[in-house]
Amino acid sequence: MKFQIEDVTVYFPYDNIYPEQYAYMLELKRALDARGHCLLEMPTGTGKTIALLSLITSYTLSKPQNPVKLIYCTRTVHEMEKTLAELKSLHNYQLQHLGPSAKILAVGLSSRKNLCVNPTVLSASNRDSVDAGCRKLTASWVRALAAENPRIQTCQFFEQYERAGSAAVLPPGVYTLQDLRAFGKEKGWCPYFLARHMVQFANVVVYSYQYLLDPKVAGIISKEMQRESVVVFDEAHNIDNVCIEALSVSVRRQTIEGARRNLSKMNQEIDKFKATDAGRLRAEYNRLVEGLALRGDLPATDNWLSNPALPDDILKEAVPGNIRRAEHFLHVLRRLVQYLEGRLETENVEKESPVAFATSVLNHAGIDQKTLKFCYDRLHSLMMTLEITDTDEFLHVQTICDFATLLGTYARGFSIIIEPFDERMPHIPDPVLQLCCHDASLAIKPVFDRFQSVVITSGTLSPIDLYPRLLNFNPVVSRSFTMSLTRDCICPMVLTRGSDQLPVSTKFDMRSDLGVVRNYGRMLLEMASVVPDGIVCFFVSYSYMDGIVNSWNENGILMDIMQHKLVFIETQDVVETTLALDNYRKACDCGRGAIFFSVARGKVAEGIDFDRHYGRLVIMFGVPFQYTLSKILLARLEYLRDTFQIKEGDFLTFDALRQAAQCVGRVIRSKADYGMMIFADKRYSRHDKRSKLPGWILSHLHDAHLNLSTDMALHIAREFLRKMAQPYDKTGGSGKKTLLSQEDLEKMLEGNMNDILY
Amino acid sequence: MSTGQVIKRAKYKASVKDPGTPGVLKLTEEKFVFRPNDPTSNKKLEVEFKLIQSHKHTKEGSNKPPWLNLVHSQGSYIFELESFPDLNVCRELVGIALALNKSGEAPPAISEEQLSPAEMALRIKLLQEDSKLQKLHKELVASGKLTESEFWATRKKLLDKDESRKLKQQIGFKNSMIFDTKPMSDGRTNQVKFSLTPEIKNQIFALKPAVHQAFLKFVPSKMTEKDFWNKYFRAEYLHSTKNAVAAAAEAAEDEDLAVFLKDDEILEKEARKKVRRVDPTLDMEADQGDDYTHLPDHGIFRDGSKEVSEAQNQLYRRTLLQDLNRQGAVVLEGRNLDTETEHLKSVAEVLARTRQAESDVDIEQERRNRLSRMTQIEDLQAQDDNHFTPLCIKDPREYFDSQQANAVKTLDDSQAGMDQSRCNLSSEEAYGSLRASISKIKTMGLSDPLVDPEIALKVHTGLTKNISSTKYHLGKNSKESVLDILPNTTKDQLLDHWVCSQELLRHFWSSYPITTPNLNTKVSRLKDSISQMYSKLEEIKVTARSDLRHQLSLIVHPMQQVLDAALLHYDADKRKRNAKGQKPNGYV
Repeated sequence: MKFQIEDVTVYFPYDNIYPEQYAYMLELKRALDARGHCLLEMPTGTGKTIALLSLITSYTLSKPQNPVKLIYCTRTVHEMEKTLAELKSLHNYQLQHLGPSAKILAVGLSSRKNLCVNPTVLSASNRDSVDAGCRKLTASWVRALAAENPRIQTCQFFEQYERAGSAAVLPPGVYTLQDLRAFGKEKGWCPYFLARHMVQFANVVVYSYQYLLDPKVAGIISKEMQRESVVVFDEAHNIDNVCIEALSVSVRRQTIEGARRNLSKMNQEIDKFKATDAGRLRAEYNRLVEGLALRGDLPATDNWLSNPALPDDILKEAVPGNIRRAEHFLHVLRRLVQYLEGRLETENVEKESPVAFATSVLNHAGIDQKTLKFCYDRLHSLMMTLEITDTDEFLHVQTICDFATLLGTYARGFSIIIEPFDERMPHIPDPVLQLCCHDASLAIKPVFDRFQSVVITSGTLSPIDLYPRLLNFNPVVSRSFTMSLTRDCICPMVLTRGSDQLPVSTKFDMRSDLGVVRNYGRMLLEMASVVPDGIVCFFVSYSYMDGIVNSWNENGILMDIMQHKLVFIETQDVVETTLALDNYRKACDCGRGAIFFSVARGKVAEGIDFDRHYGRLVIMFGVPFQYTLSKILLARLEYLRDTFQIKEGDFLTFDALRQAAQCVGRVIRSKADYGMMIFADKRYSRHDKRSKLPGWILSHLHDAHLNLSTDMALHIAREFLRKMAQPYDKTGGSGKKTLLSQEDLEKMLEGNMNDILY
Repeated sequence: MSTGQVIKRAKYKASVKDPGTPGVLKLTEEKFVFRPNDPTSNKKLEVEFKLIQSHKHTKEGSNKPPWLNLVHSQGSYIFELESFPDLNVCRELVGIALALNKSGEAPPAISEEQLSPAEMALRIKLLQEDSKLQKLHKELVASGKLTESEFWATRKKLLDKDESRKLKQQIGFKNSMIFDTKPMSDGRTNQVKFSLTPEIKNQIFALKPAVHQAFLKFVPSKMTEKDFWNKYFRAEYLHSTKNAVAAAAEAAEDEDLAVFLKDDEILEKEARKKVRRVDPTLDMEADQGDDYTHLPDHGIFRDGSKEVSEAQNQLYRRTLLQDLNRQGAVVLEGRNLDTETEHLKSVAEVLARTRQAESDVDIEQERRNRLSRMTQIEDLQAQDDNHFTPLCIKDPREYFDSQQANAVKTLDDSQAGMDQSRCNLSSEEAYGSLRASISKIKTMGLSDPLVDPEIALKVHTGLTKNISSTKYHLGKNSKESVLDILPNTTKDQLLDHWVCSQELLRHFWSSYPITTPNLNTKVSRLKDSISQMYSKLEEIKVTARSDLRHQLSLIVHPMQQVLDAALLHYDADKRKRNAKGQKPNGYV
C-alpha cells in the first residue's frame, strides 16, 4: 500500500498496516527531519523492521536531492539475513510501483568465514584460520611474489576481482550473504572484498553491531561512511553490554605463554631479515618517525583488526622513540609480558584503576603510558614489515598489545581486576587479569558524534529513560508504543507455586531444593500434555539447566515429558545448537511437537524467533539475574552508582527483567499469532520486579494471573488455547481498529488520527 | 537382485544333524542347482522352485549359523551359507522365485487387464473372506453387468488397506532414553544384567553410528556379540559416572573401549554437512564467524554468564544434553530401513542413506524459500477471498445450510449441465429479487400460512399413516423389523436386490457426466441392468402373499423410486444429447 506521512510518500509492501506501525513511522520520520537521535520501543510482533525499512527507503526516495544512507545494525547474522529478506520484498514492491527510479543497492556484510567462496580457504574450521588463510593468498607481498614465481598460490577469485578493477561493481539490488556468494561465484570475483568495496556506495548496508561499535573492526570497515547516514540499532536492549564488551580485554596464563612464543618467533624473523634485507627494517623506522598516518593507504587485503581504542583517542603523532626499532619494541613487550605474569601470580582478588596500574607498569617495567598507547599500532606495523600472514598464530601477542593500548588510552570508565581463580571453582587455579570497561557510552560516543541520526529500537527498552543515561546521549524522540490487540493473543502468567502449593523459585537457597525441581518438572510435564506444537523453556544459566535436566532425568520426569514431545537443548556448541533448533522446527512443522530448552542470556535467547507454532508457550524458569558475586559486575555497579546515580538493585532488576521480557517476547510475531508466557518464580509476583516488565506485557497480565499454582495455570492454559483456536475478525471489528487497510488509513488521515492511535 | 542369478558357496545338509557337503549353490528364478566341491559326491541337486513350498532361514543374532531351509513336499533342503549377507542375498532371490512360481498356479485372470499376481491374490482373498462380496461379484461381474476392474474400482480402499498395512507405515522409534537402559541386579553380587531386545539394539545403532560401525567391524571377527555389548555398557557406565579422567584412563588401556568413549566422528561429519543446509535464520554458526568482539581473551571473560568447564579430557565428555538432542534427531528422522535388513547393511550403505543426492541448487532454493516464508507477516497481507466455507460452527444452521446449498448445486450440475451458467446469479440480481419479494410482502402482508395447508396435511398424514401402521402391525418391539415378518427366501432376495441395485446405481451416477464413449456404453449397459432390476422388484411385489403385499410394497417403493430416478435421468440426458446439434462442452 502507499500512503502519505506528512511530505513523504511511504511504500509499504503489505495491503494492511497496524496502527502502531504507522505511529512508529511517524515518530521516526520526525526524528529524521530533526536530524537527531531517537529511542523507540515497540512490542515484538508488530513488524518493527519492515516499518523502519519502508519509512527510511521511502524517505530517501522522496528526497532525492539529499539521499540518506541507511546503516542497519543487527546483533546476529541470522537477523541480518532476515532483515535483508524483508528489504528484498520491499524493494520488489517499490520497483513495481515506481519503476527503475526506485533501484537501490543494499548489501549485507559479514566476515570472510561467511562470505568466502574459495574452497581451500573455506575448509579451515574456525573464523581466524579462514582470515589467515585468505591473507596467505591475498596479502600484497604474497601477490608480489606470485607475480614473479607462478608456483606461489594466490586466490583466483581475488585476482579476478583485482583485474576487473573499477568494473567490479555490484549492480543495484538487494544482496543477502547468500546472494553475494552466488554473485561472486558466477562472476569469479571475491564476494568479501567486493562487498567491502561496495559498502561505500550502497544505499543500505546491513551488518552486525560490532562493525560500528567495536573499534577493532569499525576502524577498517566503517571509517568511510558519510555523515548523512541513518544508523539503526535493532534489538538494541543489550546495546550497553555490547559496548562494554567491545572495550574489554583479559589476559590469562595461556595468553602469556602464547605471547612469549609469538615474541620469540618474531625475534627469529627479525634476525633473518637483518641478515637478508636490513633495508626493510630501516625503512620501517623512518616511516614510524613520520607518524602513524600511514594506515589510510594500506591495500585492503593487508588490513587486519584495527586498533582496539577509538580512533579519536589516538594521537596523530610520531611513535615514541623507544619502540621505533623492532628489537627495542620486542624488549618492551617482553618486559610487559613479564610484568603481567608477575601480577597474575596473586593469592587474592585485586582491583585497580587503570591509572594506578599504568603507574605500577612504569615503576616495575619501565614502560610509560605513551609507549603503552602505541603498542598495538607498532605491532601491526612490525607484522607488516615482517610479512606475517598467519595472523591466527599471533592472536596472543595481539591481545597483549590490545591490553596495553587500552590501558594507555583510557583513564576513566575502566578497572583492572585480577582474580586467582573462578569464584565457583576455587580448587582450580585459573588466574586472569581483566581490563573491563564499565562505561557503555565510550564505545558508542563516536557513532553518536559521527552520524546525523541514530535510531535505537527494540521490543524491550523499559524503562526507556534509563538508556539515554547509560549511553549518554540526548534523543530528540523517545517513545514507547503499546500494542493494540485484536484479541488477547498473549497470555502472561506468574506461577508462584507448584502443584503441591509450595513456592517455586531459582533463588540461590531454593534452586537445588528437590521439591522445587520436581514442581518445575511436573509443571512442564502438565503443560506439555496440554499445549500443542512447540514449547520453549528458558533457564537462568547453563549450569542450572544442566543440573535440572539431569535431576529430571534421574527421577523419571524427563521420560514422561518425552512421551509427549521431543526434547531439544541448547548447548555450548553452536553447531549442535543450530542443528537442535533445526530439528525443533522440523518437529513442530510435522506436528510431532517439541520442547526447546534454552538459556536466558544465551545465543538462542538473543535472536531466534519462536513465533507461530514454533512457540505456543514459553516458560521462564526463574529470574535471570546476573551472577551477582562477579567482581566485574560489582565494579560496574559501583561505577554506575558513582557516575549515573543508578542504584545497584535497580540496575540488577532492570537487567534481569529485560532479559526475561526478551525471552518471552520471542513467541509473538504478528497480531494473528498467539502464545502464552509463564514466569515461573515467586519473585515475579512482587511489584518491584514485575513493574520493570515492558508495558505491553504488563497490560495483559491480569491480577488474577499473578499468583498461580500449577493446576490453576493449567486451567488457564486450556481456556486460553480453546479461545485462541476460534476464528476472529482480524480488523478488530467494532471497537478500535487494529489492522488498517488503505481506505481506513486514508479516512484516518482526514479525520482526527489521534483518536485511533493513542 | 535384478540379475536373477546368485552363486554362493554353501554346505548342503540333508538333515539338521548332517555336517554338510561343501559346494556351490546356484540360484536362478526358475530353479536352484547345488554342485558339491567333490565331483564324485552324489549330493548333486537340481530342483525347480515349482516344487518348493516355502522357505525358512535362521535369524542373525541367534547363535545358529546362517541356514537357508527350502521346504518341499517330502522334506527340506538345508544349505549352510558362509555368512548372513550371503544368506540375505539368497533369501531375497528365493522369495522372488517362489512368488513367481506360485502366481502361475493362481486361477486364470478374468479381466482383460494385466494384474500383478499379488494383487490378484489379494482380490481372491478378499472375496473368500467376504461371502456377500463374493455373491455380489458373481451377480454383477460374472453376468457381465460390470467389468472386473469397474467392480474393484469402487473398492480401492479394501485393496489399499491391506497393502499399506504391510508397507507404507513404519513404526518410528520410541522417544525414550535408550541411553540409560536400566540394568537388572540380582542384589547379591556386583554383577548387573542388561536385557537387550533387537529393538533396543537397533535404536542404539541408529543413535550411534560409530557403535554400529564398530559392531560390524568387530563382531564376530574380533569378539563375540556378548563381549561387544559388555564393552559397550562398560563404556556407558563410565559415562554415567561423569568421571572424565577415569574414562580417559580406561580408554587409554583398551582401544576397543575407546571407540565407545570418544565422540562420534560420523556424527560430527554429518553435523557439519547438515549445518550447511540449515535455515539461515537459525544459523548461529555463521554468527560466531562474524563475532570479532569475542576474540579469544576479548570481551568480558569472567562475569558469571560464561560457564567454566575443565578443558582437559574434553574428548571423553559426553553430556546428557547432547544425548537428548541426538535422541530427538533420530526419532524425528525415523527409521528408514526395515528392521531385519538393517543388520546386514554395510556401514557404507548406512551412511550413504544420509547423503541423499540433493543437488546444491535445490538446497539453496529451499533455504531461500524458507527465509522468505519466515519473513512474511501473514495478517498484513490481503485476505484472499476463500472459495471454501471456513469451519466455524458458531452458528450450526448457517454451516449446514451452506453445505446443503453446495450439495444442491452439484446436483444441478449433473442434472442440467448447460443450465449451469444461469445458476450463477450476480449479487445485484439476487439483491434485486430479494428486495422485490420484501416489498411484495410489505405491500401484501405475509400470506398467512407459509405452506399450503393442503400440502402440509398430505405430508403429515402420509408420514403418520406409514409410521403408525407399521407400528400397529409389528407391536411394540422396536427391534423387530418389517423384514422379519417376510418369508426367508423373499427377504434374502430383497436384500440381495438392494445391495445389487445400490452397486449399480453407484456406478451409474458416477459415470455422469458422460465424457468418453466408454462411459456411454457403460451407462447404457447399466441402464439395462437397472430396468431388469426394476422388473425383478415388481415381480417380488406381485408374487408376494397378499397379507404381506402392503408391507412389501412399502419397502420396495423407495428402492424403485431410486431406480426410477436413474432411468428418468438417463432418458432426459439421452434426449438432450440427441436433440441438440451443437454439443456443449464435455459431451461426446
